[in-house]
Amino acid sequence: MPYVRTIPRVRWFFRHPRYVRYMTREVTCLFIGAYTLLMVWGLRELSQGPDAWRAFLECLASPASIVFHVLALMFALYHSVTWFNLTPKALPVQRGEDFIPDGVISGAHYAVWALLSLAILVLAGAF
Amino acid sequence: MAQSNKPIVWGPFAAGGTITAFLTPVLILLTLLAALGHVPDLFAYAKMHAFASHWLAKLAIAAVVFLSLWSTAHRLRITCYDLGVRADTLVATIVYAGALAGTAASVLYLIQI
Repeated sequence: MPYVRTIPRVRWFFRHPRYVRYMTREVTCLFIGAYTLLMVWGLRELSQGPDAWRAFLECLASPASIVFHVLALMFALYHSVTWFNLTPKALPVQRGEDFIPDGVISGAHYAVWALLSLAILVLAGAF
Repeated sequence: MAQSNKPIVWGPFAAGGTITAFLTPVLILLTLLAALGHVPDLFAYAKMHAFASHWLAKLAIAAVVFLSLWSTAHRLRITCYDLGVRADTLVATIVYAGALAGTAASVLYLIQI
């Protein structure tokens, strides 16, 4: 019989901080998915006229919705940071003999992210 | 050559991961501002309706919804496996079907706008 190491089925990721960070990153998808469904619901209300849309905005202002938004924002930011930090691994760029430094590639993504976010806030009239 | 459907499910996952990394935080911030009473101008019914009426905006919204839901579905599938659920085919069918259903719903609502 070959040796098979026993691994706890569910709680294995508490064994090392790295595993916890991995799991945190994976769990961000629940919040991003839930937020996307909230968008789909918003589209439905928008398609049903001004009254439905007003009711949707009132629902957004409920305490549960605000708590959800704050949590979702934190997890979404965590997803963005982990994603952009991986870009040098996913998109290595070679110039001549050398590769462009990791910080330049992820830094470019962070810069585009910041500019894009700011542009959307301005265009949506958030200021 | 070995046949694999991996690129088909992984491509939209990578695209979705990228689009959610760039867009989701600022979108959440916009609805959070609205929730806190500092409603962005775009959230006025007339403005939002006019925006979502343009075919290019409809296309962009549908694409964002599809890619976000698909990358969520793919990560959920992997997480289920990590948590000891080994019925991968069943899990994959449920999560990808869910993502497609959500996308179909958004397309239906966009057509009605």
